[in-house]
Amino acid sequence: MSELLCTEGLARIETVSGRGMITLKGELESRRFRNVLAKALDLPLPGPLSCAFNGARGVGWMAPDEVLILVPGEEVPEALARLRNKIGDHHITAVDVSDARAQFRLTGPGAREVLAKLSPVDFAPARFAPGTFRRTRLAQVPVAVWQKEEDVFGLVCFRSVADYVAGLLVNAAAPGSGVGYFASGG
Amino acid sequence: MLRLTCPYCGAAADETELTPGGEAHLTRHGPGSSDEAFEGYLFLRKNPYGVHFERWRHAHGCGKWFHAARDTRSLQVFGTYSAQVTRPPQDIIDRIAATHPGFDWEAGQ
Ligand SMILES: [Zn+2]
Repeated sequence: MSELLCTEGLARIETVSGRGMITLKGELESRRFRNVLAKALDLPLPGPLSCAFNGARGVGWMAPDEVLILVPGEEVPEALARLRNKIGDHHITAVDVSDARAQFRLTGPGAREVLAKLSPVDFAPARFAPGTFRRTRLAQVPVAVWQKEEDVFGLVCFRSVADYVAGLLVNAAAPGSGVGYFASGG
Repeated sequence: MLRLTCPYCGAAADETELTPGGEAHLTRHGPGSSDEAFEGYLFLRKNPYGVHFERWRHAHGCGKWFHAARDTRSLQVFGTYSAQVTRPPQDIIDRIAATHPGFDWEAGQ
């Protein structure tokens, strides 16, 4: 389901299609919010600037009142139903936003450097490690980027700028363009 | 280059990830106020060469508005704090006083 954009150069870059995304908004500090995530989807509540995964499911911290849940596309209706069942009439909202954003995956030891070329975030391995989730700016557009495991990064942007972001990533990963800024890749 | 730590998500945000919101701690004067008060609220700003309190939004991040205290001359950042307050927290006022002896927040309002 995914389209390979680039295999040579600094990183392997692909679009990830068919992923389901659900926005869950509410008071993150409340026990209710934590319980909804845990009981409906067996996911922990991530702290600020972080994400957590449980198999094919993941959850990232977007704002003090919002998390982004990642599930396989076909699981969205069931996940939404389970969330709403646990929410009941409490003031928490769950909405399917799968079509709002496009998702990318960057893999390889140079992936970190590709992102660092395009964003003001400190991507040094000590500062951006597996489990880090950060909303930021990629060139001229907002994105959210996270590290799932060593040398594997995920990224979402609004679908309207997906072509722009794909072009940015492929260009920043062009063969021979390594800077070698981080010891682990480049 | 200005870097401010967002008090809501803790990110050390680059200036390009932020949207400036102008002077902080303005008192709103709306319908029923005098022309002078309304003009002051709408147009008149301190624009100091020194200690300044500002509003910023972590636009390319968690999206929240927050307050920042910094020196526009030295570019020293004294700290960032919640947008849900009408005066800076005491620890930030103390930090300003350390480099600006006798700093009086109330007197500047
Ligand atoms: Zn923030």
